[in-house]
Amino acid sequence: MADDDATTAGNRPALGTALEYAPAPESRSVVAIRDSYDLFIDGVFTPAKSGERITTVNPADEQPLAEVAAAGEEDVDLAVVAARRAFDEVWGPMPGAERGKYLFRISRILAERAREFAVLESLDNGKPIKETRDVDIPLVAAHFFYYAGWADKLAHAGYGPDPRPLGVAAQVIPWNFPLLMLAWKIAPALATGNTVVLKPAETTPLTALLFAEVCQEADLPAGVVNILTGAGATGRTLVAHPGADKVAFTGSTAVGREIARVAAGTAKRVTLELGGKGANIVYDDAALDQAVEGIVSGIFFNQGHVCCAGSRLLVQESVADEVLERLKTRVSRLRLGDPLDKNTDIGAINSAAQLDRIRDLAGTGQAEGAESWSPACDLPERGYWFPPTVFTGVSQSHRIAREEIFGPVLSVLTFRTPEEAVTKANNTPYGLSAGVWTEKGSRMLWTANRLRAGIVWSNTFNKFDPASPFGGYKESGYGREGGRHGLEGYLV
Amino acid sequence: MPDTAYASDTAASNTSLRAYLYGLPGVDEVGAQARAADLSTRSIKTTAKRAAIDLAISMVDLTTLEGADTRGKVRAMSAKAAHPDPADPSVPRVAAVCVYPDMVETAVAALRGTGVGVASVATAFPSGRAPLEAKLADTRAAVAAGATEIDMVIDRGAFLSGDLRKVHDEIIAVKEACGTAHLKVILETGELATLDNVRRASYLAMLAGADFIKTSTGKVAPAATLPVTLVMLEAVRDHHAATGRRIGVKPAGGIRTTKDAIKNLVLVNEVAGAAWLDPALFRLGASSVLNDLLMQRTRLTTGTYPGPDYYTLD
Amino acid sequence: MSDAANEKATPATGRARLKRDAEKAAAKAAGDSAAVPPGPDGATANAGGDRAAADTRTGGAAAWSDAGGTGPEARAGGASAAPRLAVRRTYKLYVNGAFPRSESGRSYPVTSPDGDHLANASLASRKDARDAVTAARKAFSGWSGRTAYNRGQILYRAAEMMEGRRSQFADEVAAADGVRRTRAEALVSAAIDRWVYYAGWTDKIVQAVGGANPVSGPYFNLSTPEPSGVVAVLAPQDAPLLGLVSVIAPVIATGNTAVVIASERAPLPAITLGEVLATSDLPGGVVNILTGRTAEISPHLAAHADVDGLDLTGAGDLATDLESAAAQTLTRVRRPAPGEDWTADPGTGRMTPFLETKTVWHTIGV
Repeated sequence: MADDDATTAGNRPALGTALEYAPAPESRSVVAIRDSYDLFIDGVFTPAKSGERITTVNPADEQPLAEVAAAGEEDVDLAVVAARRAFDEVWGPMPGAERGKYLFRISRILAERAREFAVLESLDNGKPIKETRDVDIPLVAAHFFYYAGWADKLAHAGYGPDPRPLGVAAQVIPWNFPLLMLAWKIAPALATGNTVVLKPAETTPLTALLFAEVCQEADLPAGVVNILTGAGATGRTLVAHPGADKVAFTGSTAVGREIARVAAGTAKRVTLELGGKGANIVYDDAALDQAVEGIVSGIFFNQGHVCCAGSRLLVQESVADEVLERLKTRVSRLRLGDPLDKNTDIGAINSAAQLDRIRDLAGTGQAEGAESWSPACDLPERGYWFPPTVFTGVSQSHRIAREEIFGPVLSVLTFRTPEEAVTKANNTPYGLSAGVWTEKGSRMLWTANRLRAGIVWSNTFNKFDPASPFGGYKESGYGREGGRHGLEGYLV
Repeated sequence: MPDTAYASDTAASNTSLRAYLYGLPGVDEVGAQARAADLSTRSIKTTAKRAAIDLAISMVDLTTLEGADTRGKVRAMSAKAAHPDPADPSVPRVAAVCVYPDMVETAVAALRGTGVGVASVATAFPSGRAPLEAKLADTRAAVAAGATEIDMVIDRGAFLSGDLRKVHDEIIAVKEACGTAHLKVILETGELATLDNVRRASYLAMLAGADFIKTSTGKVAPAATLPVTLVMLEAVRDHHAATGRRIGVKPAGGIRTTKDAIKNLVLVNEVAGAAWLDPALFRLGASSVLNDLLMQRTRLTTGTYPGPDYYTLD
Repeated sequence: MSDAANEKATPATGRARLKRDAEKAAAKAAGDSAAVPPGPDGATANAGGDRAAADTRTGGAAAWSDAGGTGPEARAGGASAAPRLAVRRTYKLYVNGAFPRSESGRSYPVTSPDGDHLANASLASRKDARDAVTAARKAFSGWSGRTAYNRGQILYRAAEMMEGRRSQFADEVAAADGVRRTRAEALVSAAIDRWVYYAGWTDKIVQAVGGANPVSGPYFNLSTPEPSGVVAVLAPQDAPLLGLVSVIAPVIATGNTAVVIASERAPLPAITLGEVLATSDLPGGVVNILTGRTAEISPHLAAHADVDGLDLTGAGDLATDLESAAAQTLTRVRRPAPGEDWTADPGTGRMTPFLETKTVWHTIGV
């Protein structure tokens, strides 16, 4: 109905063409990355006795960011000894209220330095700045704030009148949410009076090392938090160390098994947060636009590097075509590229190894006869990238329907009845997360009751909160992190 | 229209209308809010911002809807509509001015040859509480005076009480009274209480022949919130997919800053799609936003922050 | 401490005898046993002084020891009647609500602490364990889907059934552990009370360990404990009844189903408990009881991929290997805590290891 007949002195902007978003990069200058980092043991940065070093690169352009130490057996030993001494002499005896104040202080510093952490995390991990800025780092500060408050209230947590800490906690975390996983591990451990030795992932050590600086800035007593960078060998040594009273691990189910085996016959308490193959169930009466958003955030949030990802879409046959059409339209609008660009929705795959794994499994999907779709999307020339991918025509027996891909790859299956949806959803050795989309309350609860999963998101997906327990059923691990339940794994 | 038969069946009775509108997919309010909030974090800078500002200016329905409106004010606003920045001819004209029916004649005279449309609110704006005959007379008077666009209000009372057929039939009657003038149907979403109702009212208006669906009168808070505009954009997108017909969307009320305007454009871009990035299909009902757009435009050109005194009030 | 360890009676005062001992005694005492009126249906023949006292106390309750031909079956006839040959009881497995023999056809002799033969028990095989897991899995959805109130009623019913058979249990405990009758009775009482304890927990544990979480956003967020699934339970070796009930009741109270390996040394009370459960409205398969060699059966249960939980209470030296085997499928393991005091307040510590926390989020909007 535009009246194009009239003349005008002004320019007419181009109409009916997409709005171009100019590059809007977040500034790198807020963070100073050193060339080289040592281990953080007993309150100071200490050169590794092992003498070994590893390089961490920016997955978006493959440029080295820094060199970090790879802790060896001797280094692990030193860290555990430091943590033990801190536990015995300082942190264990300290009144809960004082411990809590340290955690509050850490939370505040994290909030103050949030942008610095966000940029560093995006650089080291490859995830979009939008996520580190709006999700990861705010949740980190919130997590410390939440557990800070528990430190002097443990007698009211439901674990007996005088629950005691375990001692030294050995903690190994993954690369998908580096600082957030650190917070999930360290905050409850410290609140309950334990001391920690934490090993960040090989490919994402930098925010943990910056966190070590925060510990210094907060005047946290030496040895309460020790950060050991390194690869798998460092982690293995750490969790097997006889001085570790507690092992907390987030990562693959394969490594989780190994840890459970190592801990067998010892007094080590173990909590494991492992893999998943979450089902996202969309009933035909769902709020479809929001369901599509939930499907997208379920699998494309954080490049699909999410253990609780909704990697299996189970959509009711009667709306399957409509949902898929909407989904494809929506996925086509995702913006993939520079993680530091504020408009980027999908960043880089964290490592070459992970990219290989995603390619391998996606290749299997095609070989097994599932149909692959990706939007037209230019991948940057350098760095590790994988386009958002939707597989249709997937059956339960396909590898892409059973194995955790840990990438932006969605497998779509259909169902006809609620019973079938639940049966298919539960037909996996995993049991971490699930989604339910329906406008009918009773059907939601019916479904949620039957799903064998630790987290059920209804009409939402991939939401996290410090107060909300997180953890799986079956081979997705055991123990809970977050909330009151998150204290249990650190108390006797 | 391809959907005439289907529309007439759907509207055959209140029961069939209800079955249709209540059979639409629901809207989860939290999800809609989250989506709108996420889109509003889009960062539109430099050249993109410049293009977005000009596009936004060209979509403005420059509005004055006060009991105290005078012909002089309408003339001044019309001048501004045609040449928003007299010192800078590269600034595009706005899409239309929006006035009460008795001011249409003045606006038409002031805007002749400028390409700026004249929209008139009608149908006992803003409450809509008048007999149908009065509403139709209101409409006919505005059209007769030269209005090219009519912004009608729906009977929210009838909608909320379930008399969907009444709302539907009134829109049809007003549409007929419009003749060649385009019809914008104001849902007054601030009174509809839920986003489910926003979607239903959107479909009801489209079914009855609206050319545009518009959020608000500007007299009721909340007016054009992003989630409401989101839901309406989804409705026109889906309606187009089902019928091949594109209906316009006009958020009105509460859009005051360049940031607000650009958030709306991002919403259009990512929800309805690029085809709607056109004043023929998207309008911003506002008045004060224009000066803010002009100031931001100047800043992008000159690199310095301008002051409000350098822009005419109307 | 175990109920066996403390009060080992001296042979002279209180050794319990079953089967052959009892039969011998009955035959020998045929002359004067007319003074004790027999129960209506093969009531307990009393061999040993403390047993007689017990019968006097329980009175008519002895009539309960009928089902399945339990207890010593020597029935004293009149002074002039020929001695009646007792009907001996066969101790079988309890799987899927039935009492099969081991598919292997094997059995092993069960003796008292003094080495007296008490009975032959089924020597369960790997395949019996597999069948028990299948039965437990099949029973899981039904049992966990029962209302907590209903589960509580059924557990309470088990207490009622045990109460009715307390004399039989006391005999078996006394025989198995070689404890005095009074001690055995105390242990039976404690075992009965344990059912009552957990019967009361079924509809409270969810409230005690679950709850609402105040998340920062428009979401309803609720954490609820749910049973892990099939739990393999290695019953304590030294507490054949109280210990047994103490490990089974918490597992099933929360909705799990159980495959139990009874005390290898003293399995007989476990089978009698199976008979109690079979008559307590407990659906078949919720509790499955295997008797045999713990070392033979338990590795198959620990490594079984369809076993979700493993209680190693009675594992002894096997514990490390079993925990290691369980790691393969991330089976939840409750490690043994040697020296457990079965008479102490159990708390929730035997329920929570086999509970999963499910957290449900839902949007809050209009």
